[in-house]
Amino acid sequence: MFKKNLAAKLTLVPSTVVIAVCFYGTILWTLYISLTHSTMLPNYKFYGFSQYATLLSMPRWHTAFANMLIFGSLFIAGSLVIGTTLAALLDRNVKAEGLFRVFFLYPLSMSFVVTGLAWQWLLNPTTGIEALVRSLGWQDFSFNWLASPEKAIYAVSIAAIWQSSGLVMAIMLAGLRGIDGDIWKAAKIDGIPVWRSYISIVLPMLRPLVLTCVILLATAVVKSYDLVVAMTGGGPGISTDVPGKFVVDLLFQRANISTAAAAAILMLVTVICALSPYVYIELKRQKR
Amino acid sequence: MTATPLAQSGAPVIYVVPRAKSAKPGRAILYVILSVALVYYAIPLLLVISTSLKTTDELRTGNIFTLPQSLNFDAWSKAWMTACTGIECNGIHGNFWNSVEIVVPGVVFSILFGALTGFALSQWQSKLSRVILLSLMLGAFIPYQVILYPMVRIFSSIGLYGTLPGIILIHIIFGLPYMALLFFNFYQGVPPELSKAAKMDGAGFFTIFFEIMLPMSVNVLVVAIIMQATGIWNDFLLGLIFAGRDHLPITVQLNNIVNTTTGVKEYNVNMAATFLTALPPLLIYILSGRYFARGLAAGAVKG
Repeated sequence: MFKKNLAAKLTLVPSTVVIAVCFYGTILWTLYISLTHSTMLPNYKFYGFSQYATLLSMPRWHTAFANMLIFGSLFIAGSLVIGTTLAALLDRNVKAEGLFRVFFLYPLSMSFVVTGLAWQWLLNPTTGIEALVRSLGWQDFSFNWLASPEKAIYAVSIAAIWQSSGLVMAIMLAGLRGIDGDIWKAAKIDGIPVWRSYISIVLPMLRPLVLTCVILLATAVVKSYDLVVAMTGGGPGISTDVPGKFVVDLLFQRANISTAAAAAILMLVTVICALSPYVYIELKRQKR
Repeated sequence: MTATPLAQSGAPVIYVVPRAKSAKPGRAILYVILSVALVYYAIPLLLVISTSLKTTDELRTGNIFTLPQSLNFDAWSKAWMTACTGIECNGIHGNFWNSVEIVVPGVVFSILFGALTGFALSQWQSKLSRVILLSLMLGAFIPYQVILYPMVRIFSSIGLYGTLPGIILIHIIFGLPYMALLFFNFYQGVPPELSKAAKMDGAGFFTIFFEIMLPMSVNVLVVAIIMQATGIWNDFLLGLIFAGRDHLPITVQLNNIVNTTTGVKEYNVNMAATFLTALPPLLIYILSGRYFARGLAAGAVKG
């Protein structure tokens, strides 16, 4: 019995080792480091949960975590609304659809570093939109979100939505194209307006795709690092810090690896909380 | 709007109902919204290109939204050869080639590894293989920050930290969940009779993979190449940590040049460097056309 599919099993050995060691083994390793007092190098003496207490007492962590939630909800909601709207509009027999699609999708090929830098210039008060509007005569015009600790995270969200909303557009447009034409006919016969058909009939049918979009966007939120580094460097001050940057800074600049490990574990916990409903649904579907 | 019967005589009459066209003002609003969106998406790139073509004098006088007076590529050559990071003034050309050196083997080997894994998982389906599959799927969601430090330790201990093979291997590892699932989904859709027939003829696992499956997978291969090439080129974090000073990818160098605190900010040079960094993935996007969107859909299926 073992000889059956032997080659397939042997092929899976390296992949399984990689998955076990690099993905799950490292989680356990990081978890253990988070329970020690390690600074630059790991010190494997067990200290319990004191790093988590330290972490939770750090204002910078609170800022980073709150930013992730603000940025995450704006980014996900904004991308979903804009992407779905554009998909629905493009689905209405638009002339030059290809042209629109090319422009809606190209930001996805841009790195977050490029995205962050381009938007940094655009939103920078001395070079960007504010300077433009002032040069047109509105001297009192002010649009300096990037310089404001309260609003800089909104500026980051705008740039992120610019980069990723095309993803939602592409996925939803593919879904809309797969909708059975009979449904449109039935809605028409019943005299339901087009916009109403989208909101009440078609979009609910595409719920699984919306869920997929949310998951893809949510993982991008938790992983967000490069965009913030390129666009604001986490500033002004620490006002646009995010957990991803917090962990990397503590690991490689502050030589505080056990607090960094604790923060990384909390990031993972956040992902697990966000994913578990989805995994539950998926497992239930597979059982059937 | 009237439905047109296509077949007048045949038994089943097919009616073609054109997609409901709304009233004229509705159409106008539709195009206005789409055009506004188009401007929102186009402006950042146009701004980067137009500023990169300006001279330093033009920058001083106008704002960044005015068009360049002539096509001036001085900023491009400066960005390529002599832009400074605060430490050195070598531009981005060296890092451009570093990125090429990372991307090419990274794409080839991550696809080969992922395709073999996906194929093996599709051939041998059991309880254990489903566990491997689920672990792969969930592995795609683990934040890098959890994995980074232990991987640095592992790579240091085997001498791969900060080396070219090291950063390539990192990309192969982190690409595995996406690639394996992409190919698994594809191979699972291939009729099992095909490989059964080949087995009857005495073909082994690798013969079936390389001589039957891989040639059949052209579409999915193109999608995989697009995903990995843009993904690895655009990577910042892994390159920053694992590539080492001699192999820093272009994204890291770009950020170092633009966000350096020393010297006068030369927006034209910075934007030229930004554009040159964005160009390869942009070209891949333009040349690949519909495959790019298909790659996104494939990425969506993987979840």
